[in-house]
Amino acid sequence: MNTLFDKIWDAHVVSLVEDGPTQLYIDRLYCHEVTSPQAFDGLRARGIRCLRPERIFCMPDHNTPTHDQDKPIEDPVSKAQVDALARNAAEFGLTHYGMMSPDNGIIHVVGPEKGLSLPGMTIVCGDSHTSTHGAIGAVAFGIGTSEVEMVLASQCILQQKPKSMSIRIEGALGKGVTAKDVALYLMSKLTTSGATGYFVEYRGSAVRSLSMEGRLTLCNLSIEMGARGGFVAPDETTFAYLKGREYAPKGEAWDKAVAHWRTLRSGEDAVFDRELVFDAADIAPMITYGTNPGMGMPIDGSIPLDATPKALKYMGFDAGQSLLGHPVDYVFLGACTNGRIEDFRAFASLVKGRRKAPGVTAWLVPGSWAVKRQIEEEGLDRVLADAGFEVRQPGCSACLAMNDDKIPAGKYAVSTSNRNFEGRQGPGSRTLLASPLTAAAAAVSGVVTDPRTLL
Amino acid sequence: MKQKFDIIESTCVPLPLENVDTDQIIPARFLKATTRDEKFFGDNLFRDWRYAADGSPKADFVMNDPRYGGCILVAGKNFGSGSSREHAAWAIAGAGFRVVISSFFADIHKNNELNNFVLPVVVSEDFLSELFASIAADPSMKVRVDVPAQTVTNLATGRSERFELNGYKKYCLTNALDDIDYLLEQKDKIESFERARQSD
Repeated sequence: MNTLFDKIWDAHVVSLVEDGPTQLYIDRLYCHEVTSPQAFDGLRARGIRCLRPERIFCMPDHNTPTHDQDKPIEDPVSKAQVDALARNAAEFGLTHYGMMSPDNGIIHVVGPEKGLSLPGMTIVCGDSHTSTHGAIGAVAFGIGTSEVEMVLASQCILQQKPKSMSIRIEGALGKGVTAKDVALYLMSKLTTSGATGYFVEYRGSAVRSLSMEGRLTLCNLSIEMGARGGFVAPDETTFAYLKGREYAPKGEAWDKAVAHWRTLRSGEDAVFDRELVFDAADIAPMITYGTNPGMGMPIDGSIPLDATPKALKYMGFDAGQSLLGHPVDYVFLGACTNGRIEDFRAFASLVKGRRKAPGVTAWLVPGSWAVKRQIEEEGLDRVLADAGFEVRQPGCSACLAMNDDKIPAGKYAVSTSNRNFEGRQGPGSRTLLASPLTAAAAAVSGVVTDPRTLL
Repeated sequence: MKQKFDIIESTCVPLPLENVDTDQIIPARFLKATTRDEKFFGDNLFRDWRYAADGSPKADFVMNDPRYGGCILVAGKNFGSGSSREHAAWAIAGAGFRVVISSFFADIHKNNELNNFVLPVVVSEDFLSELFASIAADPSMKVRVDVPAQTVTNLATGRSERFELNGYKKYCLTNALDDIDYLLEQKDKIESFERARQSD
């Protein structure tokens, strides 16, 4: 009752279906190439157009190669999917940021950075990490392809209203502890289903102190606790981030918008269906040892004795084992989770003056061309090059093995992405999820290393 | 595929694993199709558990065990977690399943199943563990899912439970109507919502 989630949700209710779901109005739909082609086919089969094409933005990201994007995609099946999105966007009159467009990138990186995602909005995309946009103070959630078709056709979706959860994190985060560690910590406590059925509002001083990039990382991972979405109420950090962005309101409209956005907060009397409180001081740099993101531990901890045997067998680990010093074959910095400028700054700060360990293959993949441009403007590319690292072209890259960047079977990868499921980064790949700092520590040492020892 | 639901009685395929994520249901490399070819997705359902890298069936996976079959998949709790890919629901439908029984479903996947006329049936932990035991004892045992009555019955033990299904969705499933059919009739409401918001 009277939570920010209620306020935003209720302001978008078009109707209540009798003995059924809510018809919810959607302010922004993002489409990528993987989960949209069948939805566009559906429109064609029904002979209908998009109701509000100006609210819909399309861009390929999953299949995008992270090198030589000026050349045609080599994999014909990937190419067909990327081409289909361009064709569909043209046919239905939708904005499309194609490959090599200076606006292209991972949809969850581009939306906030262009000011397309704004406080108070409802935002959906056929992608579970749509929860990312909650960092702006929006109700944002992932949907299936049939639901993409609903929104294309009617700018509405039929949904049951989720329950609300407050996760309050108070205190100051320790040295080397990032938003990624906060999220991995929450998952390790809540499990991958602990927040299923809920929409999470992240609150408390530790959350307020996070930059917008940090909040985007935190909200990105809401789905990994099972939550449909997670958000942070907008504040001065949000407004400072949004001001001047391409699609953010300008002039008088900006002042009016900010005045409204300031009202977007849970009431003092707000009642959540579930409330959790955590102490920031309890959170250490985290790493996962298993095959779902909830199977995580402090980097200097040991694998729980009751860890799932199937997961440990897949990973080649034993219960009770410490991971410190364990050899690492690949390091992946990027994805909608950690492919933003702050993540590259963190990685660069740790590898500066050091060298990439021999035997480690490192993929550093910016989340968008805008991030790549900023890396160059800040000279981070030179810092990274001096340490033996190359910055690739933007895309989802090794997060889910739909492009050329795949981790080979049996190899260990310290990844800043979001999922360590069996085969996620390539058949047989073994993923250790961690922060950009922990990834950097592994990249320069060749083994799992506590980043705090290198700061 | 749109189809009408009434009463389904079938043997079951048991998958007594928890947290089965959609990357296991259909790995990402099979998401490149641009059409809704349920047979293609169905053939690759649980691909890396079901087949070795060379394409040969793994004998220890339940779908390769000739004792098990039917149109009801029974899975451990938190089924369908992770990625929102609807391809997972297409794969389940394409492999011939019409019902998935579990004690807990991930939200997005549950909606995806419903939108593809695969019925997710949520049962109690107790019912689920008894059902796994019944199937292990006799793979030819059947389960009855009565959609109009909203009941699921373990025909080996006679135990029955009521499952949740809102009136709207029940009407859709029993009449083979989908949400888009409904939304397309709501254009007036959508436009009046937009007008009201403009004038705020």
